[in-house]
Amino acid sequence: MPKDDHREGIGGMINPRRYGIERVAYLLMRISGLGLLAYFIGHIYETSNILRGKVGWNEFMAMISTTEGHIIMSIVIAMCVFHTVNGVRVMLGHGGVGVGTPARPDYPYDPASQNYRHKIGIYSAMVLAAIAMMYGIAVMFGE
Amino acid sequence: MAQVSSISNEQSPTAKSIILKISRFNPEHDESSGFMEFNIKYEKWTTVLEAILDVKKHFDHSVAVRYSCRQATCGSCGMIINGKPKLACFTKISELDSNVVTVEPMNNFPVIRDLAVKFEQLFDTHQKIKPYLIRDDTELVSDEKEFLQSPEEVEQYIQFANCIKCGLCNSACPTMATDSSFVGPQALAQAYRYVADSRDKGKDSRLKIIDDSHGIWRCHFAGSCSQVCPKGVDPAMGIQLLRGYMLGFRS
Repeated sequence: MPKDDHREGIGGMINPRRYGIERVAYLLMRISGLGLLAYFIGHIYETSNILRGKVGWNEFMAMISTTEGHIIMSIVIAMCVFHTVNGVRVMLGHGGVGVGTPARPDYPYDPASQNYRHKIGIYSAMVLAAIAMMYGIAVMFGE
Repeated sequence: MAQVSSISNEQSPTAKSIILKISRFNPEHDESSGFMEFNIKYEKWTTVLEAILDVKKHFDHSVAVRYSCRQATCGSCGMIINGKPKLACFTKISELDSNVVTVEPMNNFPVIRDLAVKFEQLFDTHQKIKPYLIRDDTELVSDEKEFLQSPEEVEQYIQFANCIKCGLCNSACPTMATDSSFVGPQALAQAYRYVADSRDKGKDSRLKIIDDSHGIWRCHFAGSCSQVCPKGVDPAMGIQLLRGYMLGFRS
């Protein structure tokens, strides 16, 4: 990237503070996507331990069945739910669903594409992710 | 580089004062940008552009700023005001609700000097999507009527015809922050403006241009472009509707 481009770079891309909940959802979508990719790689390694036989498998299970392991798993559950629900919202938006219809704008120009339907979608994704995470914590750590 | 100055002559009794921080950077001499601070008196109706012009008039005429119409029509005075892309002539200091107003050049545009940025890339990408009507019968022959449209057909694109090419949408776009080849929300919204025009026959050629890895598929619907548009164009909506054409949901 040329120095005189004056681009914000990754720091500007991940800054969620200036443009409302849509930008927060954009950031969380990226973080959860990368997190799930990392988990996917870890999961392949985890399940490959079955090749070491029953003893090897149980050893590995004991190693990850810790408080830290359960916390990581509950975060994975939250990321998975958020990425799925928000992904459905974004895909619908990409298909032109719920982004409003073109019309002559009236001041103060509230953008129709940032409407309540999408905001509800974003908040729903966050709430569902939190509920799923709490359920996961309850199951893993016991009632 | 910081300095604080103020106008000593008498002002209106209703005037208040703010600290105006102006980003100073000359790529020919400076390694990095810095801020100069000025104590500026303002009234309820004073715009950020007027405050900058006050600085040029009373303190430092070398501050580089681009402006023209001063009424949010030409799109020349786009800049980052207190962290968000805005038109300086359309932003009143009293509405910012802050004792410190910081002005910086727009992000994602090369800086010419201080607050003035280069628009070459924006104009290049705008030109790339063929921003004009494409038809076989472009020239009207005598005794023929204009290209008639119904009010419903006009409604499909008129919002997007309000674009003033100020570049604020490109400055707010998170994809433009990292991808120097991205065509950008301004050009994509303009592509929709012409694709949705019932008089235009160039849809296929335009869709081919934006059907690129750095084209419409790099938009991830963050919506920041629409939030900063000073004319209510809503580029995010245009881009998603344009995707409808690309995916075959619209014809």
